[in-house]
Amino acid sequence: MKDTLGLTKPIITLENVEKYYGDYHALRGISAEIGQGEFFSLLGPSGCGKTTLLRTIAGFEALSSGRLTIDGRDMRGVPANRRPTNMVFQSYAIFPHLSVAENVGFGLRRSGLGKEEKARKVGEALEMVGLGGYGGRAAHALSGGQRQRVALARALILKPKVLLLDEPLSALDKKLREQMQMELRRLQRQVGITFLLVTHDQEEALIMSDRIAVMFDGQIAQLDSPQVLYRRPVSRRVGEFIGVMNFLPASARVADADRIEVEAAGLGHAVIGPEQVPGGFHAGQAASVGIRPETMSILFPGETTGQRVATGIVEDLAYYGDMTYYDVRLDGVEKPMTISMKNLVGRPVLERGAEARVAWDERSLVLFA
Amino acid sequence: MRSLRVYAILYLAFLYAPIALLPLFAFNDGTVIAFPLKGFTLEWFHELLTIPALHASVMNSLMIAVSAAIVATLLGICAARAGTRYAFPGKKGILGLVMLPLVLPEIIVAVALLVVLLQLGFSLGAWTVVLGHVLICTPFSIAILNSAFQSLDRSLEEAAIDLGETRWSSFRLVTLPLVMPGIISSLLIAFTISLDEFIIAFFLTGTEPTLPVYLWSQLRFPQKLPVIMALGTLLVLASILLLTVAEYFRRRGAARTGQSETGAFL
Repeated sequence: MKDTLGLTKPIITLENVEKYYGDYHALRGISAEIGQGEFFSLLGPSGCGKTTLLRTIAGFEALSSGRLTIDGRDMRGVPANRRPTNMVFQSYAIFPHLSVAENVGFGLRRSGLGKEEKARKVGEALEMVGLGGYGGRAAHALSGGQRQRVALARALILKPKVLLLDEPLSALDKKLREQMQMELRRLQRQVGITFLLVTHDQEEALIMSDRIAVMFDGQIAQLDSPQVLYRRPVSRRVGEFIGVMNFLPASARVADADRIEVEAAGLGHAVIGPEQVPGGFHAGQAASVGIRPETMSILFPGETTGQRVATGIVEDLAYYGDMTYYDVRLDGVEKPMTISMKNLVGRPVLERGAEARVAWDERSLVLFA
Repeated sequence: MRSLRVYAILYLAFLYAPIALLPLFAFNDGTVIAFPLKGFTLEWFHELLTIPALHASVMNSLMIAVSAAIVATLLGICAARAGTRYAFPGKKGILGLVMLPLVLPEIIVAVALLVVLLQLGFSLGAWTVVLGHVLICTPFSIAILNSAFQSLDRSLEEAAIDLGETRWSSFRLVTLPLVMPGIISSLLIAFTISLDEFIIAFFLTGTEPTLPVYLWSQLRFPQKLPVIMALGTLLVLASILLLTVAEYFRRRGAARTGQSETGAFL
């Protein structure tokens, strides 16, 4: 059931949701639709309101004003235990006095199912998260990764309309986290349930999500697919928060409906299209352009290119093995910009102080007001 | 180093020698509490069985101790849950005041209670002693239960609610089993404190004395001393047993919620 925008039918709608804690304005007019079967992430720095929004949807916090519907039903006055959502908590909240099977089957207590039916469901849920045969173990004896799988199985056994995940991977070490990211994604496709993930890790959000809402100060700053979010951030703040972005002071002039002329420090004159101004622009505003490190390259001596070329000096570099990150100061620009280069065979790693010719492309510029 | 070791040994001897004397004379075949010891006898323990007033005071003490332990623990559960889960104005001040009886001189508490109760026109009896004992036991209960509640992840109850349980059933199914060791430990410690307590019981007891008050009244009769020694021996044994059981439950609770062994109460 895809509509013309390519979005599926919304399972969660938020209309002008506000939340106050006393004088503190935690959520400021949140409006969004989350599609059926979507992997949706709320991404933002700590204190941006993403966890509050998640807890509001779960029913642990009441709205101050606005409207929340899940699966078409208004959730006003519906307590957490009667909402079609289940949650994976940041601490996993595994019941330490129960066995793994008792934990996973906890939500079936009120289901009216027979003992055998319950045991079968618990077994299936454990299989699904790769913990088949662990049912008899004591919950407090599990490792971090196993606890997370138990929490997932426990939340999914009730077949919720929406699975809420509150920073579920933040307690795991890097390797396990990366493994779980792929597994979560696969699990979501397999069960087809809408996943709503809260995270402060932009990489995690990019890897896992269909769409991401970037939140700052209790508001959604941008809601888009990972690719659009990365390539066309609506503001410098979003551009800075997602990955690395270089900013150069610029002046801009609207030439006609399809062309905007930009004069950027260090890069010079460029002509860009309106899609490269996702945040909108009005003549006369102070402007800057953003450009991602990997969209530029440093030409090695004698190399030629059809792209635009700017010149500068290598101020510093960080060698990562597969990549080298250069801090290059372009002629006429105070602040050095980051350029990432793959260490291909035959490409020399430049030294500090070396002259650098930087190839860049007009299409990779983003103009900010 | 050597002098420190001597000091430690002397200190322990000073603490425990008087208690060690109890069983010594309880089994001594002589009415005078003095060395040298005479023969071995169980006569004094036998005699314990023949004093109705003593039995009445034991029953009285047990009833008071059980009541005080239950009430103090119930109050402790409420206070510990409120203190660890909710923020409210004046929280620190209120909790401080609740804990104050720990350090107040008991005689002050006893006299104050006596004056108030009599002014209000109540007559003294077992229930007034329970009241006083609840007052001094509650801070201990709160201290024990606070550590039990504090070690709980507050997401646990939310997780149970999220999985379909009500507030009350999630408390019953998740919180209660996890703090149960703390509750048992609180019951036992409050029971022990109430059973041993003398000053408040002395002031607030009516015509039916508690065991410590009865013991004190018997000290006037020197020939009864060996019997009291025998009774004392039993009481010490019972106290050590109860506190050991209480500490066992507290540690088991700590292990079950996965916290390391810190802040031991005993």
